[in-house]
This record gives sequence, structure tokens and C-alpha cells, in this order.
Amino acid sequence: MSTSTTTALQASLVELIRVSSTVLPRDVITAVDAGRKVEEVGTNAAYALDVIDCNIGLAKTKSQPLCQDTGSILVYVHTPVGYDQIEFEETFIEAVKEATTKGYLRQNSVDSITGKNSGNNVGPGTPDFHFHQWRKDHVEVKLMLKGGGCENVGVTYTLPNPKFGGRDLKGVENAILDCVLQAQGHGCGPGILGVGIGGDRVSGMAWGKHQLLRLLDDTNPDPVLAELEKSIVAKANQSGIGPMGFGGKTTLLGCKVGKLNRVPASFFVSISYMCWAFRRQGVNLAADGSITRWIY
Amino acid sequence: MAVIPLTTPITEAQIRTLKVGDTVEITGRLYTGRDAVHHRLHHGEKPPVDLAGQIIYHCGPVMVKDGDKWLCKGAGPTTSSREEPYQWEVMRDHGIRGVIGKGGMGPKTLAGCVKYGCVYLHAIGGAAQVAAEKITRVDGVDWMDLGSPEAIWHLWVEKFPCIVTMDSHGNSLHQQVFEASAAALEKLKA
Repeated sequence: MSTSTTTALQASLVELIRVSSTVLPRDVITAVDAGRKVEEVGTNAAYALDVIDCNIGLAKTKSQPLCQDTGSILVYVHTPVGYDQIEFEETFIEAVKEATTKGYLRQNSVDSITGKNSGNNVGPGTPDFHFHQWRKDHVEVKLMLKGGGCENVGVTYTLPNPKFGGRDLKGVENAILDCVLQAQGHGCGPGILGVGIGGDRVSGMAWGKHQLLRLLDDTNPDPVLAELEKSIVAKANQSGIGPMGFGGKTTLLGCKVGKLNRVPASFFVSISYMCWAFRRQGVNLAADGSITRWIY
Repeated sequence: MAVIPLTTPITEAQIRTLKVGDTVEITGRLYTGRDAVHHRLHHGEKPPVDLAGQIIYHCGPVMVKDGDKWLCKGAGPTTSSREEPYQWEVMRDHGIRGVIGKGGMGPKTLAGCVKYGCVYLHAIGGAAQVAAEKITRVDGVDWMDLGSPEAIWHLWVEKFPCIVTMDSHGNSLHQQVFEASAAALEKLKA
């Protein structure tokens, strides 16, 4: 990459981080609005969603983080064959440092033994990069900022389990609903679930998290999983947990399920819980590093 | 909903009048304190500020330094349940009257609220800007060696809104919602 391309790329990536941290994607806003319509006036649930609505507006206007926990920085990159991924990674890291200085990101990278905060969001495992090549001629970057509160309530279940059932759709559904029950308001609901059925302990959760890159109003191409997604949302919203766990009708804004093959001995149901402050955005980049399209 | 104004420091008598479901607006000092602060207090370190009558805010704000001043760029609540092992001790040893956070806390904390006269105040999780709007000044910081999100920030707030979800009479909205939702989901089981 030429110096001018690197400079333009860094500016584009800082802008991607800024928008991700401060502007909620359209599909999520639509889902929050739908929740506001069903909660009864004067309830704690309606109050919570009104505050959330107000916060969405303020964060955008002030160009400041929707949530102070700017989370894990999850980066999903597709590049043309032959693209310099090493230089992309180095440039992204510089963009993260710059975004931290500007207050779009909190200082969120902490040594797990000493407790020392690196101060610039960079350290072992942070940011978290997922690179793939594709045969298209442009670079696509998708970014999720996932807060710790919602990450903490994610669960990997193994089936069979006497509480939930066997290795079938029933067992899977009951396990997922248990995650919703245990999460209550700790993960800043109304939440969105990304579920991976199968795989191993790493790939299953990674695939579950990957489902969160889908649009909330899409339809799963697998009709069985599409039905499961609908059933989970309908049942969770009858649980009475509600926004922030205050009680109410809006417990989940969505549920997205994917499946992977497993080895005969294992059956994992890996659930990644995303908070209402669902910060994900993406861009397509031209060869000169400039943004050509916003994805969400 | 009638809004109850609270000014820090708060008396035990005032705290005892609050009930689950009340909406309050706090004016005055808030000290942030989350995981590392509670861990230190639990291990017997003396707090750098007098916590008597005060409120601890479970919050790791986004702070940016502007010359010699700190600017708060976002300051919503963090999940409180991680402080469940420690919170009651802070009530007993340091006389706090309130805890602000999100997600609620468990039976040890609830028992502490009853015994020592304290309430749990729920702010709206994720709403960092709504909270930051109510923070009019950042007056100082202690224990910065813990890193900015874990430090004790001295915030000054005006009409900071919260809902009482655990009171000093043994009531917890979180316990009620958990029990009701567990029963509802049991009936909906596949």
C-alpha cells in the first residue's frame, strides 16, 4: 500500500469505528420502535424503552458512544486474493488507538492477570480479527462492538440435559430459553441472540456470534431454523422479563440461529447474547482506502 | 409517576421511605466504583473518600482529558451482579446509602439493604448519553492505577434518574420478575 492509501484507509476505519459506536443501525432502531409500541404507557418497561430511544438520538447528535462499554472490538474482513492483510491489521490497530484518544472507544483492553489496562485498546487478542478471502475485487469490513455485560450472559449448553431435553429441536429450544431466563436484565435487554448449533466449543460460539451480522428482519434460508427463531422470540416475549428485566413484553428483539456439523459425541448449543445497544456496522472499501458503501 | 428528589449525602430515614417501583432523581455527588474497587475494599484497603451517606455508581465511564479537565463522554451503568459477594460489606463498613447499577443484585445485597439501610437504584443499561447529560462536573479521580474504567470518579450530577428496584424492606423487583418469568417459561417449554 502507498502512504496515501494507508492514510485514507486509517481515516475510513476511524469513521467506521465512530459510526459503529455512536449510531445504532436502522434495523435495530426499527426493532426498538416496535417494542415501544407494545409496552403499556406508564410502565417501567415503557420508561426504559423511552430512555433508550432518547439515548439513541443523543449519541448520534453528540457523536458520542451509545454505551460507555464500547466492548470487544470484533472485526470481520473479506479481502480480494493477494490483498495485504498484515498492513490492513496494522492500519486498523492505528485506527483503534486514534478512536480511543477521540473518545469513540473506552480504554477496554486489560491484562487478565495483572489487571493493567493497556490504555489504547490494543493487546493480546484485542482487537479480534477474522479474515477471509473472496473472489470479489473490493474489501469489506464489518465491525461489532460487543459490551461485556451482554457477553457475560452468553452460554454454551451441551445436550442431552435432563432439564432441557435431548439432541433435537425441543432440547435446543429449551436450552436457548433457559439462557434468556438466566440473563434476565443483566445483559441489557431487550436482547438479540446469535445461536450456533453444533460445531465445537470454539467454532459453535463463533458461528453463533457470526449470526449477529445478519439483518434483524431477514428470514433464515433454512425453514426449520427460521421456525425455531420465530418460536424463541415469541416465547421469550411472553416470559414477562421485559426491557432491563423490569417486566414487560419486549424481552428479545431477535434471534438468529445457524448450524454447523458436529462430531457424533458432541452436541453444543452456543448462545451469544447481544444487548439492545447492538453496535454493528460495515463498509466496502475502494482500492484507495475510501468508503464506497455503508452496509447496515 | 411521581418523582422523588434525593440529594447526597442521604440519611437512613430518607432511604427507609423508598419502595420498589419509586422513581427518584439524584442531585449531588456520585462516586463510581466497580469490580476492582470492590475487590480492594473487600481486601481491607481504606477508601480514598468518605463514603458515609453516599451512593456508589457501578459505572466505568468514557473519560477524555482536555487540558487539566476531564470530560465525560459516556457513563451508563455496568452489570451489578458481579459485586454481589462484596456489596453488603461496603454497606456495613462504609455506610453507603445507595447503589446505582443495572440488572439488580442478589439475596446478600438485599439482606444488606434491610440491615444497614440502603437501596438499589436501577439506571437504564446502555444509555450512556442519557446518563452523561445529567453529569454536570467531574471533580476528581482516585485509584487511577486501576485504569480509567475501574477508577473512582467523583461525579457531580443533577437530577440523575433511577428506579428503586430493591428497597430496605426486603423487596426486590428482580426476584419477583425472575420467579414469574421462570413459571411462565416452564409453561411454554417445548
